Amino acid sequence: MKVLIMGCGRVGARLASLLDEDGHEVTVLDNDIYSFRRLPPTFGGAALFGNGIDEEALRKAGIEDADIFVALTQGDNRNVMSCQIAKHIFNVPRVMCRIYDPLREEMYSALGLETISPTKVFAQLLREKLES
Amino acid sequence: MYIVVVGGGRLGYNLLKALLNEGHEVLLLEKDARICKTITDEMGSVCYRGDGCEAATLAEVGTGRADMLVAVTGDDEDNLVACQVAKHKHNVPRTIARIRNPQNALLFKKLGVDVTVSTTDLILEAIEREVPTHPLTQLLTIDEKGLVIVDVKISPESTTVGKMVKELSLPKESKLALIIPGEGNAHVPAANTILHAGDQIIAVTSPESKDELKAALRGV
Repeated sequence: MKVLIMGCGRVGARLASLLDEDGHEVTVLDNDIYSFRRLPPTFGGAALFGNGIDEEALRKAGIEDADIFVALTQGDNRNVMSCQIAKHIFNVPRVMCRIYDPLREEMYSALGLETISPTKVFAQLLREKLES
Repeated sequence: MYIVVVGGGRLGYNLLKALLNEGHEVLLLEKDARICKTITDEMGSVCYRGDGCEAATLAEVGTGRADMLVAVTGDDEDNLVACQVAKHKHNVPRTIARIRNPQNALLFKKLGVDVTVSTTDLILEAIEREVPTHPLTQLLTIDEKGLVIVDVKISPESTTVGKMVKELSLPKESKLALIIPGEGNAHVPAANTILHAGDQIIAVTSPESKDELKAALRGV
């Protein structure tokens, strides 16, 4: 499958290399090329410099043929905006959005985005570990 | 009216001042404590420190009873989210977002923001107005009606000089509103008004037929 990942931080780079190992066609987009140092030397996908909330940059990164779009930048609002562009402008079949703020995550989930709040997931995980 | 403004930069600050002067109840949301203090020292308790994109912050300032929310931070994504949270969590009837990338106007509309104001477009239009040779200048955009008001200059080279208004084949959405001659008083054009070099024509048209209007008024 064709996967476009926005944000090459720790999670973005790791996800990119995992999906690349699984044989998917991966493109990572980041507005700081220094972030690409996190990709392993074996990474076979594409790493592109660009702003993920800019439609033109997304088009250049191949969003029109992408099967999956994942937003993993540090900014909740950037992720939310790029995912809405992917979903509503480019009709990407599967769009996934990281949103740290649990309240914002609930709202956008109710609005139809597929969202994950690491804050909620991690707090829950810690609680289970501590209470078991 | 109760109006919530998000973002205390130069634009937010001046907007707050203007809205207060008009007698509205206004509250400005700003993340930076220092900016908040400056505003509070000057204008009293009209600034609340917090993130205008957070539903909780918006709830604390009573956004539920706001008539309008205006998001004027420097980042398009923050303005989008502030407006969406206001709309979907607090049912604010009217949301206005400042945008820097003009391309975002369409997206924001699609996502439920009522009005977008592109500061980039406004500045471009203002500069174009100052370029004397520019044949067509957009003066105003009326989004709700899908119309623009433009200023077309008739130059000595225009092949329409000496022609009457009724001889021009104007696009059907276009209406000529006013002629400001190089010398003399402005007048409302009639069918037999003759065009002169140096005339400035103020017209209403659709954004799509701007160029057609320009060609009809100036000849080729």
